[in-house]
Amino acid sequence: MLYRRNPQLNKNGELVHLLSIEGLPASILRQVLDTAESFVSVSDREVKKVPLLRGRSVFNLFFENSTRTRTTFEIAAKRLSADVINLDIARSSASKGESLLDTIANLSAMAADIFVVRHSESGAPYLIAKHVAPHVHVINAGDGRHSHPTQGLLDMFTIRHYKKDFSNLTVAIVGDVLHSRVARSDIHALTTLGCAEVRVVGPKTLVPADLAQMGVRVCHTLAEGIRDCDVVIMLRLQNERMSGALLPSAQEFFMSFGLTREKLQLAKPDAIVMHPGPINRGVEIDSAVVDGAQSVILPQVTFGIAVRMAVMSLVAGNEATP
Amino acid sequence: MRPEPRPADDAAAIALANEAVSDVPALYSRLLQGVSALCGPDTRLVGITTGGAWLAERLHADLKMPGEPGVLSSALHRDDFAQRGLSAREPTRLAFDVNGADIIVIDDVLHTGRTIRAVVNELFDFGRPADVKLAVLIARNGRQLPIQADFAAAQVQLPASQSVALRRDDAGRLSVVIEARR
Repeated sequence: MLYRRNPQLNKNGELVHLLSIEGLPASILRQVLDTAESFVSVSDREVKKVPLLRGRSVFNLFFENSTRTRTTFEIAAKRLSADVINLDIARSSASKGESLLDTIANLSAMAADIFVVRHSESGAPYLIAKHVAPHVHVINAGDGRHSHPTQGLLDMFTIRHYKKDFSNLTVAIVGDVLHSRVARSDIHALTTLGCAEVRVVGPKTLVPADLAQMGVRVCHTLAEGIRDCDVVIMLRLQNERMSGALLPSAQEFFMSFGLTREKLQLAKPDAIVMHPGPINRGVEIDSAVVDGAQSVILPQVTFGIAVRMAVMSLVAGNEATP
Repeated sequence: MRPEPRPADDAAAIALANEAVSDVPALYSRLLQGVSALCGPDTRLVGITTGGAWLAERLHADLKMPGEPGVLSSALHRDDFAQRGLSAREPTRLAFDVNGADIIVIDDVLHTGRTIRAVVNELFDFGRPADVKLAVLIARNGRQLPIQADFAAAQVQLPASQSVALRRDDAGRLSVVIEARR
């Protein structure tokens, strides 16, 4: 049998790239979350910087735009004292016809240590990781519909922060699950960490029944989906999907699956509401819920910095092995 | 070139060191006296994770100091990060204003001095203390930086192949273990 090691781990089982949550053992996920704990308080210090990545260069390669994700990676890298270079690749080399691997070879020649990659093609970060030198690390900041592992990890950090333990939790992921890399990363992370029940909730066009193969419960009404759950993760309804035949209209979606205060009462009284952003108020979630007491949407953003610091400092401390 | 140490010398040094650290309660009371002598009216104790933090906790209680002792982690300032990677342990916890504070840093073993360098930098990320002293249970040979303890309850000489560590069992009893480095 052909045995292939997970490309994210070296032969000692240490994390050298973060490409996807799928296939990572629970011990690695917990290590990231535990490490992030020690970084949360860095922003409360008089000196909001630690020297772990001093002298290293982090290249933010965003082949697809995302101001928020890029900014949080940039803040995280700067708090670790790394030099940060932001490359808006969408507007530079690629548009002049340079291939992805040529771009990477050129940037490696500029002594990059970590590549943070956002790409519209699923699998692009894997391709890059396969071709970089052993001391260079790749972090996936979102690839196509496939994966968004740091968002998944920051969601796990947020859930653990408020709920302590995954073993008794029911988590509902609501909305456009089909196109969401966040949903996929969350599902892998929750099942790996032993979450008692994961539900995916949405219309049949956006939440196909075969998602049940991922070990989740598929619900096609919001009432069934969020009843008695501890955590509600709302997904952004991507406007670009509206033009297809997948949805009748934004208003109709809000009527059926938009989270309002009244509907939230079906969940447990201490349930938390999460959203990866950017939020479409009045499309997938009502303003009153976004700004309500159960919303932890802004803490998610803050925790995201600590989680990205943890990921960068963990991979940077581990050497790839052949 | 330095001649290889003779095994008989090593064995004798290890035996001597073991004798010096065998009575941990006696070592601890010496540390308590030493720290008490270093303390001013507003001194704060801060223990380095993990052994130093155990000692600081106990000293804090025995000296009947107010509040809670601080905990310092060297993890974010280590100079061997590139070789060893990150070790996520208990993070730094300082429940007082470091600016202008009188601080005694407590550790179990002072060896190369690199941990002390790291935690002093960590401490200064929280503010500018007025005074920082260092008290340790055991100071051993092998310093690689110009760092010395203001008080050490015991001094031991050991071959570089040996490590000294403080252990705590489930009942909270402390012991010192000298063993070959892995």
